[in-house]
Amino acid sequence: MRLMRADLPVAEDGTGHFLTVMVAVMVFLAALAMAGTFAVHNVVERWNRDVSGTLTIQVMPTPGPIDESNARTEANVARVLEILRVEPGVLRAEALGEDRLKALMEPWLGSPDMIADLPLPRLIDVTINPKDGPDGGLDLAGLARRLSEMVPGVTVDDHRLWLAKLVDLAQGLASLAWSVLALVTAATSVAVIQVTRSSLATHRPVIEVLHLIGAHDDYIARQFAGRAMVLGLMGGSVGLMLAVPALAGVGYLARDIEGGFVPDISLSVPQWVLLLALPVFSGGVAMLTTRLTVLRALSRML
Amino acid sequence: MGRRREDGSIIHRQRSRREDAPAAEFVAVGLRYGNGPEIFTDIDFDLPAGSFHFLTGASGAGKSSLLSLLYLALRPTRGAIRLFGRDVTAVPRHQLPAVRRRIGVVFQDFRLIDHLSALDNVALPLRVAGITEEEVHRHVPELLTWVGLRDHMDARPETLSGGQKQRVAIARAVISRPDLLLADEPTGNVDDRIAMRLLHLFIELNKLGTTVLIATHSEALIQRFPYPRLHLERGSLYRIPSARDTALVSSPSRGGGRPP
Repeated sequence: MRLMRADLPVAEDGTGHFLTVMVAVMVFLAALAMAGTFAVHNVVERWNRDVSGTLTIQVMPTPGPIDESNARTEANVARVLEILRVEPGVLRAEALGEDRLKALMEPWLGSPDMIADLPLPRLIDVTINPKDGPDGGLDLAGLARRLSEMVPGVTVDDHRLWLAKLVDLAQGLASLAWSVLALVTAATSVAVIQVTRSSLATHRPVIEVLHLIGAHDDYIARQFAGRAMVLGLMGGSVGLMLAVPALAGVGYLARDIEGGFVPDISLSVPQWVLLLALPVFSGGVAMLTTRLTVLRALSRML
Repeated sequence: MGRRREDGSIIHRQRSRREDAPAAEFVAVGLRYGNGPEIFTDIDFDLPAGSFHFLTGASGAGKSSLLSLLYLALRPTRGAIRLFGRDVTAVPRHQLPAVRRRIGVVFQDFRLIDHLSALDNVALPLRVAGITEEEVHRHVPELLTWVGLRDHMDARPETLSGGQKQRVAIARAVISRPDLLLADEPTGNVDDRIAMRLLHLFIELNKLGTTVLIATHSEALIQRFPYPRLHLERGSLYRIPSARDTALVSSPSRGGGRPP
């Protein structure tokens, strides 16, 4: 038995090319938007992983002559470290060495020699136990209060504020990408509806004959829908085949950018699977839309 | 594979269901196209199950419209049409296919599907009814052979002559052994010899229980086969009994012709 019966010459009515090209373009755009969303999602994941479980504590330099100030600041740092080391949930607390501090300052203040006399704030890197959640079971607000009571001018930074803004940005980009997907799906559906309507008009005499010899609407709709599914799959595959090199190109360009803000656009396996499923999705959308359009139109015939 | 019809074989299916109700019955049927004048006014008639009638009338008298009403391509403006005892003007749309599958139609313009071969055209009624391909390939070539198209089974309609197309159309109309066969000028494009052969096909079907209504201009046909006539004139339908009926039956009003 033939896989797909075609009493209707739907394959030969010239609407097929338009639909294939349309779906190809749409799937191309959808693939780019989806890959963009996934990449942003991956970046945010990584940022989250990198900064959660760490705190940065800043100890301000005390006023006074430079030598005296340095000594007192060192003492403050030592007291803060003492407190931190007995704090449950803190895995490790370590003051950044002077060399490292100066290296951090260099882009803003110039060579280390020139700032030898400047009182610099000290930074303490704290790693908290990730087993107890992102905050390591610490009462961050309490810790900050106790530290600043003991040593004036101590601030605790858990990177939340900085991260929150980036996450907002990432989420904004993601919703933009989803809107693109929704628009693309809607535009494809509208195109499919138009193509189906013109195809229905072309084949109206044959449809009438099929009706008169006792065909159910479903029998007729199946033939249109089957054809649309094939076209949707074909167009989708072409669009995806165009999108993959484009994505690889973007990944290649991004690879050379330093700074960690643009990570390599490597997608995880499930994400690739979702991208590769796009042609199936476009085939499904084309099929369902066509079926509904045909059934609706047929229900107005006798 | 396709589904089998509930009643099994398409050739040997039960015929009991049609015994009582007339195959077709018109009650005060009126028809007008748009806002035009009424083509039919108060048409009343019935086709008793198993009867054979000719439908006559001048060109434009409405023979094709009357047939369209019978094969459910048109709805009457008023009145009721009952097919096999069911009021089809009140049947919900999704049940129409079941009624239509009991009707075979030979259209005046054949309405063959151009991109399908003769075999596939004739197979259509079986396929839309879900008959298996196995049965399709058993019955369709047999019938095409019978109508003299054995060598044209794979031909597309455009390559066939008018008469050949007509025979494909007739084969399509009778392949599913309909309970009601409607034919619009079915012998218009064929020579006398083939016309007679086709008429005999209709008569054979009628003997097996199919109700037959043939619209025709051909006086030769009407003379040769003395079945009763339904005659359309000025929007009304008149029943003209066959010569043999008038001889045998005292009341010529109702009751259709039986095979002579």
